[in-house]
Amino acid sequence: MGLLSDPNRRRALISLLTRLNSPICVVCYMAGVAWFMGLAFEPFTLRTYMSENAMGSTMVEERFPAGERALTTGREFSAHKKKAGGMPVDWLVKTMQARGLEVFTQRFSRKLPFPDENKERYMVKGTNVYGILRAPRAPRTEALVLSAPCTPGDSNNQAVGLLLGLAQYFRNQIYWAKDIIFLVNEHDLIGMQAWLEGYHHTNTTGMDWSPLQGRGGSIQAALSLELSSDVITSMDLVLEGLNGQLPNLDLANLFYAFCQKIGVLCTIQGKLQRNDWDSVSGYSHSVQTMMLMVMKQASGRPWGDHGLFLRYHIEAASIKGINSFRQYKTDVTTIGRLLEGMYRKLNNLLEPFGLLLTDYMLILTLLLHLTVVQALDLWVQLATPPPRTEDGITDKEQVRHTYYFRVLSVLTPLVISHLTGVALYTLPIQFQEMAVEQFPVSETEAVVLTAIGVYTAGLALPHNTHRLLSGEGTEQGWRVLKLVAVLYLAVLLGCTALINFSLGFILALTLVPVAAFVTPHVPKVLSAFILVILSPACTLLFSVFFFQELQELPVSFQEGWLLYLSVISQGILDHFLYGSLVYPLIALLVYPCWLLFWNILFWK
Amino acid sequence: PPIVLFYVEFERKCRSHVSLLCCHASCFGDEDNAGQFFSSGHTNNWAVLVCTSRFWFNYRHVANTLSVYRSVKRLGIPDSHIVLMLADDMACNHRNPKPATVFSHKNMELNVYGDDVEVDYRGYEVTVENFLRVLTGRLPPSTPRSKRLLSDDRSNILIYLTGHGGNGFLKFQDSEEISNVELADAFEQMWQKRRYNELLFIIDTCQGASMYERFYSPNLMALASSQVGEDSLSHQPDLAIGVHLMDRYTFYLLEFLEDIHPASKTNMNDLFKVCPKSQCVSTPGHRTDLFLRDPGSVLITDFFGSVRKVEITMETINLTDPINPVNGELQIRKYSYVDQLPVSEIIHQKPKQKDWHPPDGFILGLWTLILLVFFKLYGMKHLKHIF
Repeated sequence: MGLLSDPNRRRALISLLTRLNSPICVVCYMAGVAWFMGLAFEPFTLRTYMSENAMGSTMVEERFPAGERALTTGREFSAHKKKAGGMPVDWLVKTMQARGLEVFTQRFSRKLPFPDENKERYMVKGTNVYGILRAPRAPRTEALVLSAPCTPGDSNNQAVGLLLGLAQYFRNQIYWAKDIIFLVNEHDLIGMQAWLEGYHHTNTTGMDWSPLQGRGGSIQAALSLELSSDVITSMDLVLEGLNGQLPNLDLANLFYAFCQKIGVLCTIQGKLQRNDWDSVSGYSHSVQTMMLMVMKQASGRPWGDHGLFLRYHIEAASIKGINSFRQYKTDVTTIGRLLEGMYRKLNNLLEPFGLLLTDYMLILTLLLHLTVVQALDLWVQLATPPPRTEDGITDKEQVRHTYYFRVLSVLTPLVISHLTGVALYTLPIQFQEMAVEQFPVSETEAVVLTAIGVYTAGLALPHNTHRLLSGEGTEQGWRVLKLVAVLYLAVLLGCTALINFSLGFILALTLVPVAAFVTPHVPKVLSAFILVILSPACTLLFSVFFFQELQELPVSFQEGWLLYLSVISQGILDHFLYGSLVYPLIALLVYPCWLLFWNILFWK
Repeated sequence: PPIVLFYVEFERKCRSHVSLLCCHASCFGDEDNAGQFFSSGHTNNWAVLVCTSRFWFNYRHVANTLSVYRSVKRLGIPDSHIVLMLADDMACNHRNPKPATVFSHKNMELNVYGDDVEVDYRGYEVTVENFLRVLTGRLPPSTPRSKRLLSDDRSNILIYLTGHGGNGFLKFQDSEEISNVELADAFEQMWQKRRYNELLFIIDTCQGASMYERFYSPNLMALASSQVGEDSLSHQPDLAIGVHLMDRYTFYLLEFLEDIHPASKTNMNDLFKVCPKSQCVSTPGHRTDLFLRDPGSVLITDFFGSVRKVEITMETINLTDPINPVNGELQIRKYSYVDQLPVSEIIHQKPKQKDWHPPDGFILGLWTLILLVFFKLYGMKHLKHIF
């Protein structure tokens, strides 16, 4: 007889499971965390190894000569930008046409759900200008993109100048097999989103844009350039995109290989590559780098203009030129050569970059194992037959009655938690006007404070839920609820990790212990406190402080709180502007799940 | 010192003796040479050159094949006897900064594509099936002659393969493979159909030696650029074009072939020494156990060139007596040619009429002067008489 169908063996297995429940949970959790820390031994270190055959065996000689001319163009751009008070569309169109590109413009406009205090904008209107360099002999099936943002003020002028200089140099070569699109986008991410939506004929965020008149082929790779000084000391590579997506690491390795060849310092997360992982300081350095990357990914924000390309499976990265106080400076001609080399290598690509799957799933399965073990344990407890009453006839009725009552007692908390989640998602935006009238706060603050208010109001729910229910909840009731909640959490975190591993990991780290130990019988005050500390909102608060520490810019509590408020408002804006999934995920799914556990704690 | 003198004297004597011997030897050598000259047994040469890769980053495989093609043509094998199979997507590739060229040496010294390359199987026609059909001759009747290997039992065939390979297989155009067993069986089919006299098989891929492990037909000699478990490496990158131009083994093979001319007497043992480990990094290998002749007596030009040979026959042919005319029975009409050079007419011919030339300017001037003086002296009225 099989293992599970033999009653004797089954009973033995069940008793084993029940006895070892807590040790297994603890071991799984620790193993998961330890494995994650072990990853830091070789975190996202850039190597010169390429897995793409088409790019590995080619090497080119870069010959871009016109760095000074690029700087002059940048200064002209800056002057025209000041005169036009925004994007100098006509000058850009004329200059790009003079370089032999096919030039097109795109208008877009968007009204934000509430004013953005970080960037000080509410009604956004702008124009994107892009020029297409057609491949001389190839069919127009593929394209590469080089973009530079047009920011108000004095920044990124050199980037636009270099872009135009490269356009002129590239136009004179005959070996391009793909179209190259030179894009100058206004209002950084909003403009980029409008352009991408227009290019791919999708409209997911409700933005208003004019259709694109000219198009290249399907985009294979994109680079976004940010350069605000005439000389630089290092180049920073930014990989994190929307919803924590990363481009194929071959792109990062390519960049690193070129930096090494040309002799430019290359940093990632603002930190240099170190080779001494064995020493303590080396290890802590790499742990820091990895934690920075995890936090940036978990926030789901695009950290550069490239972040929006990843959704369309276009490998993209942002390159930032940094001018710090090092001795060795690199000029614009060298940067131009680096970009020329990269584009020549990308030109040789024959197929789209492959999809790289990492082994992070193992870590997550370890962490989630214990939820599954918990669920099994609960199921076992529920499966033990109820104590027999003396009256045999009313047994069946009682069984039916208890069954019906059990379902209701589980369903009610579920429904109410999810309604609270929906309230958290919709109320802040809907009632911002009412809040502004009532209280002396700005719209942004109104939205954020409403969100926090709804969140805290949810904490009072358990008492109200029980008033709704006509009887008392039974011993069995909370077990069923916990079973459902634990399984729900496991599925939720598993799915989140597939989309955004870092977010899934951080949520698992905090919520899984909650799931493990919460029962109505633990000391109420202490567990309530721990539960609140481990809730998503507090996790976010601590992450903000931790993030600032990692970046070596520690903040005081006051500043930290303001930063926290702005993080929430940016998260909500990201969702409405670019379709980031973090805010709806937390509001509609994670928060109700946490509320279920809160309900269990206060079960009567 | 006397010992040295004695030694010198001895050497001198020896040398004279040796030179005498050499004289004799050379006399015998001529006959030997003659014997050797006719001992290979083949009357025509064929070459099948295959490049099994496509795509821009496999530039070097096409350059390899085209370089061997050039050498083989230079040494005498005509296009009609060469079956060249290439993907041919290098010269006109969009990424080629020098369109219509394929270079084999950096700094663009030598364009092996030129303007007289005849590719018989190009693009997607280079498949395992087509290659095997060419070797075995099982082609549909509509196949043109340029795509056929029309060899017979007196043909020496050179087969050159290059591309990406592994242990026991060779990859064709990134989509299929040919295994060493299939290749060995194809050669056996060729042997049984008497499609070759001797066959030289050269392969320049990673783990190339695995491809000739399974041969079992007679008269096959094989060379490979690397042993099993080793990779064949590429030689020189060109920074302007952006790719590696040649593989090491073929590069040194070509250097070796540059010294061969149609009358060379270099033999196969020298070919086996091409590209030692110090230059090639991989260890080239060869296999001669199936070959009936000693490799030292096999000339390079037996496979790489197309040396026209004359067959001396020792048999005598009886020329029969001329036909005796039977008297009276046969009317023999005599024919004669028309006189090609009618001498009699030439000797008695009239002198050719010369073209009239106007008199020399000087004489003309002189006569005009005389006339003018005459008329000046004797008055113009005499002019009336003339005109």
